This record gives sequence, structure tokens and C-alpha cells, in this order.
Amino acid sequence: MSATENVREQLESLPDYGLVALFLAGIWLILTVLAFAVGGPQAPNLAAGFIGSVTVLLGAYAILTLALNLQWGYTGLFNIGVAGFMAVGAYTTAILTAPANPEAGAVAGFGLPLWVGIPGGMLMAAIVGGLAALPALRLRADYLAIVTVALSEIIRLFVNWNGVAELSLFGVEFGTGGATGISFESPSAVVAGVVNGVGSPLVSAANGLGVSGPNVVNIVYGLTLLAVVGGSYWVLSRLVNSPFGRVLKAIREDEQVTQSLGKDTRLFKIKAFMIGCALMGLAGVLFRGSAGYISPAQFRPTITFYVFAALIIGGSGSNTGSILGAATFSALLFYLPARLGEFFPSLRGQAPGNIIEAIAGLGSLDPGPLVAYTVSNVSTLRFVLIGVVLIYIIQNRPQGLLGHRNEPAASVGLSRPRAADGGGDDE
Amino acid sequence: MSETVGAEAVREDVPTTSDAVDAPLLEVDGLRKEFGGVTAVDGASFRVAPGSFTGLIGPNGAGKSTTFNCITGIHDPTGGTVRFDGTDVTGLPPYTLAQRGLVRTFQIARELSEMTVLENVMLAPPEQSGESALHSVLPGLRDDVQTAEREVVEDAWATLEFFEIDHLAHENAGSLSGGQRKLLEMARVLSTDPEMVLLDEPLAGVNPTLEEKLLDRIDTLRQDGLTFLLVEHDMDVIMSHCEHIIVMHQGQVLAEGDADTIQSDDRVLEAYLGGDV
Repeated sequence: MSATENVREQLESLPDYGLVALFLAGIWLILTVLAFAVGGPQAPNLAAGFIGSVTVLLGAYAILTLALNLQWGYTGLFNIGVAGFMAVGAYTTAILTAPANPEAGAVAGFGLPLWVGIPGGMLMAAIVGGLAALPALRLRADYLAIVTVALSEIIRLFVNWNGVAELSLFGVEFGTGGATGISFESPSAVVAGVVNGVGSPLVSAANGLGVSGPNVVNIVYGLTLLAVVGGSYWVLSRLVNSPFGRVLKAIREDEQVTQSLGKDTRLFKIKAFMIGCALMGLAGVLFRGSAGYISPAQFRPTITFYVFAALIIGGSGSNTGSILGAATFSALLFYLPARLGEFFPSLRGQAPGNIIEAIAGLGSLDPGPLVAYTVSNVSTLRFVLIGVVLIYIIQNRPQGLLGHRNEPAASVGLSRPRAADGGGDDE
Repeated sequence: MSETVGAEAVREDVPTTSDAVDAPLLEVDGLRKEFGGVTAVDGASFRVAPGSFTGLIGPNGAGKSTTFNCITGIHDPTGGTVRFDGTDVTGLPPYTLAQRGLVRTFQIARELSEMTVLENVMLAPPEQSGESALHSVLPGLRDDVQTAEREVVEDAWATLEFFEIDHLAHENAGSLSGGQRKLLEMARVLSTDPEMVLLDEPLAGVNPTLEEKLLDRIDTLRQDGLTFLLVEHDMDVIMSHCEHIIVMHQGQVLAEGDADTIQSDDRVLEAYLGGDV
């Protein structure tokens, strides 16, 4: 007990970036150990593959969780349409950057470069967010939830609709590709271009260690996402550690009081909502569209609930907590269990076919069938794990990993400005 | 106070009116508010003189809080007008009224519980440049925000010291006691730099020592020219501190005047004792 207290104290004394770095290093280490445990001669390449995939996943979830933290954690705007705003961002980018004269069978776009397409996608996500928020923000929080969850499904069904798959307006051809999806300039191909060009010595060095080229690209793409996370974190911390952030928190606590103190809360809510939606749009492109292809099936509402899970684990209201929550959720609860299940085939052979048989084994005091069943079905059972973790957290630590911290929203230090004349600061 | 209605002059025509107030800061005229079939405020009219400490009393359900809510934009009145500082402000949203200097406290203190006491007070000052998202993010502009913020911090500490809750500055407001919350609510509302403050039962649940303190504070602030309109059930406080008292009953103004006038008014006594008027 005291040992864990001690560890926690030491962790809490770390600066925020140290905490995040430690977390990341821990995740990478676990995956490397796993790779070397099961990979044999392929181990270095397997480890690189693990690290690349987990970093991309973690980076994407971190952006999404930070965005949701601004909306829900800070402002109390209950947005359960995260997937929809991701889709708006990704589809706008895709339509803007898809080639104007595509190969036969593919959907035409505007053929713009990615550095135009991505800001365009973010802008469109922000605009759609603003439009969705306009009527709903005047209502209570639960109505915004209903509006956003419905909107996200409407968006998904709309891009899925055959009627907009290929359009021709004023002689310009474009479309969403309908259910078959749309191909566009791949963000990871851009990164690959840089890696294989400027970074070719790095690639050959990695090849020498037995790591394949695509895995190097994947790791670099993951690191690029982490850089985007860093940038988002920088912007968001400045945004919330300011009088602006103070009003957002006040809205979350009691909107009527905030209005009574002279703040036009509607403007603040719309701004916060639009900024969050823009970031969700960005994550939509970089995560779902990383390979240069998106389809409606990638924007199902489940992802919205994953992001909420990540934010609840991390502690809503804390930006650093959001990143840690995203890391915990995506790497430890989502990615790692699936890999564990894949790489313990020895147990699989004897695994029973269903849960009844697995539990029946317990009757004869033999836990073997249950263990084998659990391991072989872990990629499904991890959702049970996520549920158990969420229930545990909500019951025992409702403020999440870092939500308990007192992070006053101000741009400067808050200590008493002059030497106290009526009593010390020592309390 | 010279703006107080003279008791003798109007004694024979109860209810007295506050028409004697020449240039009222707040003027409520024929205010009505209906909730479905219930008429909570039924044509209330009164005036509040600048710099005065006016009391608004009446039995439970007389429509005092609804009147407050209609004046401060929480409710949209069904009829009637509210004029503040010479302009019609009927139905304006609370933030516009607050920006013009008309603010209120709530009957049950509504602290922003997951924010610190200092944050609660720092929220209130008007026109903070850092309330613009762009200003708080962009490197060049943020410097100005920080300069302004240092002043806000300093003022906030001074306000907390004034209300003697500075030792709680870094606590979450949710962990304060009932009386401390009332103090915080006053501290916060006064940081908006108001002209007139509507206090909805600021002394309910406050112990006598703290009550004296709060009333002292209000007196100090009146010296600086602030106007107060007070809803309160403690008759002693009303009678000994307010130079003008408005009595409401069944949604209407029943009587007006100074403490002596009100105390000797049979209809007020009847209303409080539950008789029909």
C-alpha cells in the first residue's frame, strides 16, 4: 500500500512532459518485450511493427481526446458525434485532394495538395460543428448530445449514399465514392516520400537491423502524429489557461451564473465547439485516412465511445490526463490484448469452442479451458476488459488518472502578489 | 437619506409610491409574469433611487424572486417594462444587463464548485482581453493578456481579503461552508464592477457575526456609490438597514415607505399574518 503511494507520489512530482514520456517509453518497452518473446529471428522487425502501429493509434486517440476534453471536459458540451466530425474532416480533405483525372473506376476530386486539403478539412469540420451547435447550444446539454449523435449518423449515411458518390456540378466532377469509399493523396505516402528520400540512410540502417522499410515509415508517421499531438497540446493549454478557459470552465459549472456575471456564454460555447471539431476533423484525416483511402464504414459511432472511454480514464478537464487516457485506452486496453491473443497460439489448439465449455472446466477444478478460451478470444474479450476498467474507474476514481489535479485556468501565477500584510501565505 | 420617501407626507394614501424618486436608477413599471395559469408577478411597479439600500419584502410566494428574475433577464416578463439607468432593458439577457452594471446574487449561493475560490472571483472582471480565444493563444497577443491578468490576480486577492476569505483562495469553491459561499458570491458579483446589485436573501443561513460583517461591507460599498436592492426575510435587518422598503403580496406592490411607515401599515401586518386583503 505504502509502496504504491510512494510510486504515485514520485509520478506526481514529475513534470507533465516527463509523465507522458515515461508512459510512452513504458508502452514501447512492453511491446518490444512481447515482440522478442514471440518473434524469434523476426523479433526486431516485429517490434518495429508493433511500435509503429501503437504510436499511430495512440497519437490519433490523443488528438481526439484532447479535442473532446476541450468540449466536454472544459465546457461541458456533451458531443457524442465525434465520428461524424472526423468524417467531415476526412471526406473534405479526400474530395479536395483526390486526383482530378483519376484512373478508371475511381472518384474524381479537385486534385489539390495535402497542405491545402487538411486545413480545408479542419475548416469544414469546424463549420459543420458550428452549424450543429447554433440551434442546440441554446438548449440544455442533453439536447446537444441528441443533435450530435444524430448528425454523426446522418453524415455517415449521407457519404454512403449512392446519389453523392459521383457528382458533376458546373462541369466539375467530384463525389464521396459512396459505399466503396474514395482514394486521395495519402498522408502516410507523403511521410514515406520524405523517409525514403532524405531519410534513406535511416532506412538502410534499419534494414541492417532487420527492420523493413514500411515499418520505418510507420514509426515515422506515428512520430509525426505525436508532433501534431504536441502542437495541439500547446495550443489547447494556452487556450484553457487564460480568461477564455476560465469562462469555459464556468459554463461547465453553471451557465446561468456565468451569464449573470456578464459573459455572453453562447459565443464561448460555439468557439470551443468549433475548435474541438476542427481537431476531430484533423484526426479523421490523419488516422482513418492515413493510407489515402476512406469509406463510410470507418466512421461508425463506436469510435465516439472509445474517445469518451479514453477521456474518462485520463480524467476529463486535464489536457495531460487526456493524453495519458488516450495512451492507456489505445495501447494497453485496445492494442496490446489483441496482440497477446495473436501470439499465444500454443494455447489456442486446445481452447474450447464456447464459454459454457470453458466454464465447465472449472467444475473439475481445471482452469485450463477457461484460460485457453480467454486467450484465444482476447481480441473480442478486450471490450469486456474496457468495460470493467471503466466501471472500476467510475466507481473508485471518477476523476480519472489526472482529473483530481487542481489546474486553475489562468495565464499567470496565482500566488498573492505582494508580501502578505494580514497573515502568512503558509497555509 | 434625501431620496427616501417622507413618511408623513404620504401616510394617508397607502400604498405609498416611490414616484418621489426623481431620477431612479431602476424603474419597474407594471411588471407581469405568468407561468402557465399562475400569475407570479401581477403588475408590480416601483422605483429604486441611486445609492440607496432598498429592501424588498413579502410573504413566501409574494413574487419577490420572480420579480428579481424578470429584472435580471433570467425570465422574460409577460408584460410591463424595466428601465435601468434611463434606458429600457426589459427582456435583455443577463450578460447584457451585467455588462451595463446591473448584477445579482442567487438565493442559494451558486458557487462554481470545481473552480478555486480565486478563479471564481477572477472570472468576474469585465472586458478581459484574454477572453478572446485568439488573444490567449497567439504569442504576441498573449503577453498583453498576461499583463492584464496580473492586475486581475491582484484585484482578486484584494477582494478576497476584503471579504476575509483570502485564506481559502486555492480551495475549490465547492468545499466552502454555506456562509463562506455567500461571501464568495458577493465577492464575485462585486468584481464585475457593478452599479447596482440585487441581493436575493444574502443573509439566509449566515451566522450573526458574519451577517454583521456582510452588512458592514454593504455599507462601505454604498459609500462608494453602489445601489443595493435586497430581498430578505430577516425583518430586523430590513427595518434597521434599509431606508426604503417595498412590500410585495400576491404579485403586487402592497406598500412602500420607510421602516416606520411599513411597520405601522395594517395591510402589511395582515399580509404577513395570513389574512385576506
